[in-house]
Amino acid sequence: MSNILVLVELSTAGNISRSAGELLSLASTLGTPVAVLATPHVAPGIVTELGSLGAQHVFLGQTETEPMLLLTPQVEALWQAVQKFRPSAVLASSTIDGREAAARLVARTEGVLLANAVAVRFDGERIVATNSVFGGSYSVESTAEGGLPIITVQSGVLEGRAPEVAAHVTVHHLTLNPEGSGVVEGSTAVVASSRPDLRTAGKVVSGGRGMGSKENFALVEELADVLDAAVGASRAAVDAGYVAQSSQVGQTGVSVTPELYIALGISGAIQHRAGMQTAKTIVAINSDEDAPIFDVADFGIVGDVFAVVPQLISAIRSRSQGSS
Amino acid sequence: MKIIVLIKQVPDTSEDRHLDSATGLLDRSSTEGVIDEVNERGLEVALQYKDSHKGTEVVALSMGPQGTSQALRKALSMGADAAIHLLDVNLSGGDAAWTSKALSAALKTTAFDLVVAGNESTDGRGGAVPAMVAERLSLPLLGSISAVDIHSTSVTGQREVESGTLSVRASLPAVITVTERSPEARFPNFKGMLTAKRKPVKTLSLADLSLDPSERSAAARSVVVSVAARPARQAGKKIFDSGTAGVELAEFLAAGRLL
Ligand SMILES: Cc1cc2nc3c(=O)[nH]c(=O)nc-3n(C[C@H](O)[C@H](O)[C@H](O)COP(=O)(O)OP(=O)(O)OC[C@H]3O[C@@H](n4cnc5c(N)ncnc54)[C@H](O)[C@@H]3O)c2cc1C
Ligand SMILES: Nc1ncnc2c1ncn2[C@@H]1O[C@H](COP(=O)(O)O)[C@@H](O)[C@H]1O
Repeated sequence: MSNILVLVELSTAGNISRSAGELLSLASTLGTPVAVLATPHVAPGIVTELGSLGAQHVFLGQTETEPMLLLTPQVEALWQAVQKFRPSAVLASSTIDGREAAARLVARTEGVLLANAVAVRFDGERIVATNSVFGGSYSVESTAEGGLPIITVQSGVLEGRAPEVAAHVTVHHLTLNPEGSGVVEGSTAVVASSRPDLRTAGKVVSGGRGMGSKENFALVEELADVLDAAVGASRAAVDAGYVAQSSQVGQTGVSVTPELYIALGISGAIQHRAGMQTAKTIVAINSDEDAPIFDVADFGIVGDVFAVVPQLISAIRSRSQGSS
Repeated sequence: MKIIVLIKQVPDTSEDRHLDSATGLLDRSSTEGVIDEVNERGLEVALQYKDSHKGTEVVALSMGPQGTSQALRKALSMGADAAIHLLDVNLSGGDAAWTSKALSAALKTTAFDLVVAGNESTDGRGGAVPAMVAERLSLPLLGSISAVDIHSTSVTGQREVESGTLSVRASLPAVITVTERSPEARFPNFKGMLTAKRKPVKTLSLADLSLDPSERSAAARSVVVSVAARPARQAGKKIFDSGTAGVELAEFLAAGRLL
């Protein structure tokens, strides 16, 4: 079987990011999964972990500790691995790092970028990637002609797990020129949240400008917690500082496809709908009966969030008490 | 300091956008083209530096069909000093790799210290072209940054990735991409609109860049296999709260096994 390279991202704290499992699992449906990563620290635990996620080979590009170069080591490791493993495709996550590394590899190999795939399959001889365009309004399938397909894959849309194996490891020392690279001078890790991750959550509760203030936004979080849902937001709520930018849903934020999406005090501008209109069930609460969010809502309530939501929360709480 | 701002004209995101179902390409007739909002913010980053550093030259560069000149005029009226329009029939419908090849060739025709692009376009959402440009020109790339600070020999910013925030730096010349967390752009004022008419717009074709159209047909490329439109969503039930809507919603959720 042909090799499929997977770019493994490490968090600022050095842990394997969750997307690695998803990508290795996808790679195992297309060929032999080869994990590629770049790090100054060759921790044996990482190789075992990648094997348990399905990587047959691990190509580890070892770098110097200082200076910490921005993404250049990852691109170089991929480039070396492309030459060693002659893969039939390269997969990266559709994250900020993954997209930039993939794009740079495309330029270096004169390959073909298939961006933001929600599905990837073999169609006879070629690899076909599906992507969702204009907020899910279109589904477009593309393939690569005349070059290596380098595919960025949306996180949270893939399921399954590759069989566990003991990975073979190749450690390759990377020689890099710091001149041509951005440098990382410092970092702060995000505080891990106990809430489900927005991209993969089965339920999402989002709040908009209608929440009125950061203090009032706590009501969105409270409803999210009784439903075990992730917290989302409109851009207006992010801009107003009610909530972190990583919670933004929409055109320029995260795209979500949960079972349940609840929009609180969100008008439903087309750019917001672009990130959530593929949810299975949409609920909206808005005091303006003409708000466009109602055009896509399965259950719309014209009302005040500060009246409806507390009542909803206590109704849910008394139901769960009644059933337990 | 000479700053080149990469500007893309895109369909207005506030209207319904369409794809040509046969080619998978953007149906440009269905919506009005505007400067992508993130590119206006990129221009603002450059203009703010120019405001406080006399002698700075800001050039807007865009590749696109004829109508792209409107976007460039707007950039000039906002304060850019000059514009370059990359226009050629053999550029239309190009994928990210081909677009980046043409933009890189155009950048080679001019000296610069900094290239400012958007982190991703609202139509393609590839977030790929600037990284490809940086790679082709062997320049450092600081992607997806906000709080951009331009110095005489370097540029710094904050890069927010999924696992945290990085403080990053690159020496000039460099390519940066800014996010929508960069400050909102200024509006063109009356004087800006008047002077824009006198500012130079240079049009470049593939021949001017010594790029051969046959290079494109020979090059690797992405090819659309199929395009399917998803049916529009239907509105469901809508109730007016008369004091019991919270309870009704809990019942709706329970009935759908969503609790
Ligand atoms: C290029 C571009 C990209 C964009 N990307 C995104 C994106 O990714 N995500 C995004 O969300 N937006 C995005 N936007 C912005 C978008 O156009 C809207 O401005 C934004 O979504 C509005 O947010 P909102 O609905 O919270 O605010 P508003 O439009 O101000 O709506 C607030 C709503 O709250 C309701 N309300 C007020 N008080 C109450 C109450 N007590 N009870 C119930 N309802 C109440 C009001 O009736 C109103 O409908 C983008 C815009 C552009 C130009
Ligand atoms: N045709 C183009 N002309 C000028 N700049 C472009 C073009 N295409 C992409 N860019 C730049 O690259 C950024 C990211 O675009 P994309 O890679 O298409 O998501 C845009 O915000 C622009 O700054």
